[in-house]
Amino acid sequence: MDWSFFTEVLVGGLLSGVMYSLVAIGFVLIYKTSGVLNFAQGALLLFAALTFVSLTERGLPFWAGIALTLAAMTAIGALIERTVLRPLVNQPPITLFMATLGVSYVIEGAAQLLWGTQVHGLDLGIDDLPLEIGGVLISTFDLFAAAVAGAMVAGLTLFFRYTRIGLGFRAVADDPLAALAVGLSLDRIWTAVWTASGVVALVAGLLWGARLGVQFSLSLVVLKALPVLVLGGFDSIAGAIVGGLIVGAVEKLAEVYAGPLVGGGIEGWIAYVAALGFLLIRPAGLFGAKPVERV
Amino acid sequence: MSRPHTLALSAKAALFGALLAGASLLPAAAHADEQYFPLQSYRVGPYAAGGTGFFGGFIDYLNLINTRDGGVNGVKLTWDECETQYEVERGVECYKRQKSKTGVAAWNPLSVGIAYAMIDDIARDKVPLITVNHGRTDSTDGRVFKHVFPLLLNPYSESSGIVNYIAAREGGLDKLKGKKIAVLYHGSPYGKETIPIYQLLAEKYGFTAEQIEVPHPGNEQQSQWLSIRRSKPDYVVLRGWGVMNPVALKTAQKVGFPADRIIGNVWSNSEEDVIPAGDAAKGYTAITTQASGADYPVLQEIVKTVYGAGKGNLDDKKRVGSVYHNLGIVNGILNVEAVRIAQEKFGKRTLTGDEVRWGFEHLRLDPKRVEALGAKGLFHSINVTVANHEGEGRVTFQQWDGAKWKVVSDWIAPDWALLRPIIEKSSLAYAAQHGITVRDPAAEDASN
Repeated sequence: MDWSFFTEVLVGGLLSGVMYSLVAIGFVLIYKTSGVLNFAQGALLLFAALTFVSLTERGLPFWAGIALTLAAMTAIGALIERTVLRPLVNQPPITLFMATLGVSYVIEGAAQLLWGTQVHGLDLGIDDLPLEIGGVLISTFDLFAAAVAGAMVAGLTLFFRYTRIGLGFRAVADDPLAALAVGLSLDRIWTAVWTASGVVALVAGLLWGARLGVQFSLSLVVLKALPVLVLGGFDSIAGAIVGGLIVGAVEKLAEVYAGPLVGGGIEGWIAYVAALGFLLIRPAGLFGAKPVERV
Repeated sequence: MSRPHTLALSAKAALFGALLAGASLLPAAAHADEQYFPLQSYRVGPYAAGGTGFFGGFIDYLNLINTRDGGVNGVKLTWDECETQYEVERGVECYKRQKSKTGVAAWNPLSVGIAYAMIDDIARDKVPLITVNHGRTDSTDGRVFKHVFPLLLNPYSESSGIVNYIAAREGGLDKLKGKKIAVLYHGSPYGKETIPIYQLLAEKYGFTAEQIEVPHPGNEQQSQWLSIRRSKPDYVVLRGWGVMNPVALKTAQKVGFPADRIIGNVWSNSEEDVIPAGDAAKGYTAITTQASGADYPVLQEIVKTVYGAGKGNLDDKKRVGSVYHNLGIVNGILNVEAVRIAQEKFGKRTLTGDEVRWGFEHLRLDPKRVEALGAKGLFHSINVTVANHEGEGRVTFQQWDGAKWKVVSDWIAPDWALLRPIIEKSSLAYAAQHGITVRDPAAEDASN
């Protein structure tokens, strides 16, 4: 056994997992407060990255591009909440899920309509040259992405614990009726949470865009987030991080060590096998809240 | 936002409106002196960048022939587009809708899946199906696949061309002995099609072929490239598609594998494959049947005549001369010349699909004729026969310098003699399975 190579695969997998977590966090934010599995998160990510890169290619400075894209994501988040989800309040979860599926197609179409179909490069100014630490190659870009993800989780944790609106999020997540009874505005909070999800989509979109190029396939990264959510729980940010790390590591180790035994190409589905197996043992995921119903 | 962008957005909005309404873009009905090209295009969806380039180039060339020459010997070329988003079921729907129009010359879906789904139907309709640079390899055998034409290059020829190029870089085919070549392929029937041929070429020339699958869509390749780093191949052949290509180049950089040792296949050779990879793509080389750039006379005429008249199909004129646009133009040349050749035999009128099929089976454009068409250097030549529907296309290799593709090889011939028996074995099995009578090229040539 070449332990140096094993470590390299493991570290590479963990860092890839952080990228999956970035997408999963967007799902968690919406699910935590409104119980909706937002399938449009991938399309939001595509729209954010495409808007940013199109604006900067037209000569807008980096930070102005960020600001304008943030404004666009805020507007889209508010629009989705106002025009799609609010009228569907109290409908079964599957109806809301299907609505977000529809929203996903609309956003993808609108993104291409507005900004065109061309593939764009996105340079965030971080060289992706390999860094050798103890004989193990580590991607500098992946390290940067991990740092961004860490900062985002820390920021979200502080936001949920210490800000008025963050506490409002938690109150709505715990019991929407009780939150309503104490005077919290559900509409305002849901609009805010969709906006926050748009911000997460922008961060994830920039990092994934720099990795893959800004192109339609960005919306497919949601497929990487789903097993992460199953493993970590749909309503836990910490779960999204831990789930991402597990999925990343399992994928890479399985592909490298088990893949050759079965002809390779198992990376695409092995994470789902792990997630399914986990579902059988712990249906709410590692950190997900166990549903309790009074009968 | 500048005015040109505003105009572009308006045009796109109109396009989107038309798509939503389920309408065709350029409604066209072929009349007595018109030849109709149904285009199952894809201008939205994941592969729109390639679709807009290819169909843009094809339409630009048809437009050039109409505008400059008044059509082919007076027969106007018409077309309309039906959006498939590269989805097979939509492609088949488009086929059913468009085939009812009269004067269908040929189908050009630029999609393996759609082409496969149409093979039985087009045989019944007797209209040629063109799969330029792709399609099923055994359809090269026109004795069995009478109406299917994988023009210029099939997947086996592509593999052989790549190996011949690597051999040329190493100093000869004998220098391949003992080398190791990794083939990184897309996890799809398209990607897997060349597994046996690389194995065969490895056995013949004495190199080791390590074939590694990347699961669709290919946006994560860390483990594959770590395996490559461990096995230290001399070259990596990238048989990718879409997002898999830039991710491969970026991940290669991450693990320290040099880009100039990566050779891309024909669907890994466009600007869309390298631009997102940034500096990681510098030095990367890929096979092509048509050179890129806009310096060729036919391109210059398109710019002057078509774009000058405001009829250019690409929103962004900077894409004129890009890989997919030039492939569309070459495809246009091949289609138009097939019609022209068929007209010589059947008359200068609207032809039936089967008459155009005859034109394709006699599509012989030597370098002199290619030069006369203004395409010298753009592509080499083609020599289609009843038995050989690929037409012995030559390949060349282009290297990405960070801003543009630069041709770095001569025109290279694949090893057709080696490939033909394998192709025939597969096509004859298909014929037996489907009850197809194998054609006799000599008898057909004699009757013509």
